[in-house]
Amino acid sequence: QFSLFRFIVKRPFSTSHSSVDSKEIKKFQLLAHKWWDEEGEYAALHSMNDIRVPFIRDTLLSMSSNYHLGNPLSGFKILDVGCGGGLLSEPLARLGASVTGIDPVEDNIRAADRHKSFDPVLAKRIQYKSSSLEEIVEESMETFDVIVASEVVEHVADLEMFIKCCSQVLKPEGSLFITTINRTQLSYVLGIVVAEKIMGIVPEGTHEWEKFVPPEELEHVLESSGFSVKTVTGMLYNPLSGSWSWMESTSLNYAVHAVKSGARAQPHATDTAPETDIQQRSATAGTA
Amino acid sequence: PLYDVVVSGGGMVGSAMAAVLGHDIHFHDKKIALLEAGPRKDYDHMPDSYSNRVSSISPGSATLLSSCGAWDHICSLRLKPFRRMQVWDACSEAMIVFEKDDLDDMGYIVENDVIMSALTKQLDAVADRVEVFYRSKAVGYTWPLPSHSSDTSPWVQVELADGRRLQTKLLIGADGHNSVVRKEAEIKNIEHQYDQSAVVATLHLSEATDNNVAWQRFLPTGPIALLPLSDTASSLVWSTSHDHASELLTMDEESFVDSINSAFWSNINHSDFIDTAGAMFRSAISLLKPSGTAVRQLPPSVAKVDPESRAMFPLGMGHATEYVQHRVALIGDAAHRVHPLAGQGVNLGFGDIACLAHHLSAAAFSGCDLGSLKHLLKFETERQRHNVSLIAATDVLKRLYSTTLAPLVLLRTWGLQATNALPPVKVRI
Repeated sequence: QFSLFRFIVKRPFSTSHSSVDSKEIKKFQLLAHKWWDEEGEYAALHSMNDIRVPFIRDTLLSMSSNYHLGNPLSGFKILDVGCGGGLLSEPLARLGASVTGIDPVEDNIRAADRHKSFDPVLAKRIQYKSSSLEEIVEESMETFDVIVASEVVEHVADLEMFIKCCSQVLKPEGSLFITTINRTQLSYVLGIVVAEKIMGIVPEGTHEWEKFVPPEELEHVLESSGFSVKTVTGMLYNPLSGSWSWMESTSLNYAVHAVKSGARAQPHATDTAPETDIQQRSATAGTA
Repeated sequence: PLYDVVVSGGGMVGSAMAAVLGHDIHFHDKKIALLEAGPRKDYDHMPDSYSNRVSSISPGSATLLSSCGAWDHICSLRLKPFRRMQVWDACSEAMIVFEKDDLDDMGYIVENDVIMSALTKQLDAVADRVEVFYRSKAVGYTWPLPSHSSDTSPWVQVELADGRRLQTKLLIGADGHNSVVRKEAEIKNIEHQYDQSAVVATLHLSEATDNNVAWQRFLPTGPIALLPLSDTASSLVWSTSHDHASELLTMDEESFVDSINSAFWSNINHSDFIDTAGAMFRSAISLLKPSGTAVRQLPPSVAKVDPESRAMFPLGMGHATEYVQHRVALIGDAAHRVHPLAGQGVNLGFGDIACLAHHLSAAAFSGCDLGSLKHLLKFETERQRHNVSLIAATDVLKRLYSTTLAPLVLLRTWGLQATNALPPVKVRI
């Protein structure tokens, strides 16, 4: 509760507002110690690595001409937004990348730091920071080669601002990888009712169906923020085998690969529309 | 120091495991350690005489050894390919002949020292990735708690006899049928000592011949096998009772040679009943399948045995109920021990290596924690599925052929004749 209070007090005095939803923070705090139990509450995220890591790896390799199969992501600076306990940061670092993992929940960062500390190679390659994306924008302009936002955008308060911040910290022609959940009848039945309430694949209350993002909407936001969407592909979880696979339909989970255009950073639309921002900010403050 | 993989046991299987991983591209930046209790042996000077410990290497094993560059060394040292295998009964005329249609090599007889020499060379070639610790017996292992209990080390701790300690993300137990890794991991082992010992020796043939056939005859006391080493020499593997084995070791060389020739040539165990029944079955088969039975050939006769080359070792069967645990995997005899009658022992171990290396390589290329049960279980499932049926079949064959009781002899006679006549079954073997 104390950290939440600090968070609310801080907000009115900052000039940028947040894509972080404070209700979401509370949900994740309760499970911070469960990240690394491969058969626990986060089992489905652990097994998602089996498809999302190769997806990221192979996409990046196909775009680069100079790599070594023994250290395929060496030389890449990757930002893992909403890194949680570091489930995705660690494999990316093992493949050679320098990873910065950020997450607004301090307990998550603590768990992530503790877990990486036993492996000197990982400890060196990964830096964790308790922070929102907006808070690092100023010091990290066009710093990263790759951003991964996996299972994050369905938790953010302001998708457009989130994507714009991604663009700001990404180098031109850098890659953005997103995995998230579509907002369909099917995803309500399977993603909320079955996954949360019936089978307990996802801890109850983790997701709010209203915040799920249809791929069309995500693509629109990406394109209008200077990204070129390269790949959109569906993902399917099999609860019996506990494993993920790719599928054509994006009606449930899906993954996106987008590339930031090569032009230098332009002044953004948000700078010229402060009124709507203030209204939105006070709206979210009321519900926090 | 923290290693990605520690292999405990520097025999053929342990050394090959370390060599294969060391040559895997996805392990380029990984740290591997191989622990061997004995001293480093000098394999640079191969003696002219053949060693009495040889293995029958299948084409699949040859492919594995090729993948880490060891096969080339073996070929440049010495090995004997064989094209045909004849297996027959002492109690009847029944026999089965294996040979590949395309006249390819069925397998290779290679001295174990030659294999070790080749593997040692290939380990030296990747010394920057694979550290070999000689005279380093592991005396204790400390297992990590399940990964989500955070404050203790998540790695396996290995304590060596001299007090040195290593940590590793994955421990591979290749330390033989009395595996310490298996015992310390408290993995239950189903084991059974056979009342047999194997006698090995290096033999010289009476005359030079195109020695490219492997011979095995099932005597009531156990199978006797003659494995080709060169056009003039063959290796003996004779599984028999402990008492008979000791006798064979102590008798003079001439009597020893006579015993061998008699074992292969004598028909003393035939009975008229069985011979007639066998002949009837054979004619029945030839009505259905004219080419169904082949002519029984006789193995070459033996003239001399290499002095000092006679040795014996006890035989047994073993199978670990689990091959893997969190951060632990068993391969080779640590996981399974078979009777030599099928010539499969080391090939099963090489098969384990091919499967485990495949899964570890894919795991490394996906940035996975190498000790994770997820891919270790895939290895276990694949190999148990393959190994259990072969080990069980070998055990059954051993028991089936250990008797002169007519009904069982008839059963196996007809079974062998039928199997010989049926191509699909033969090919699977």
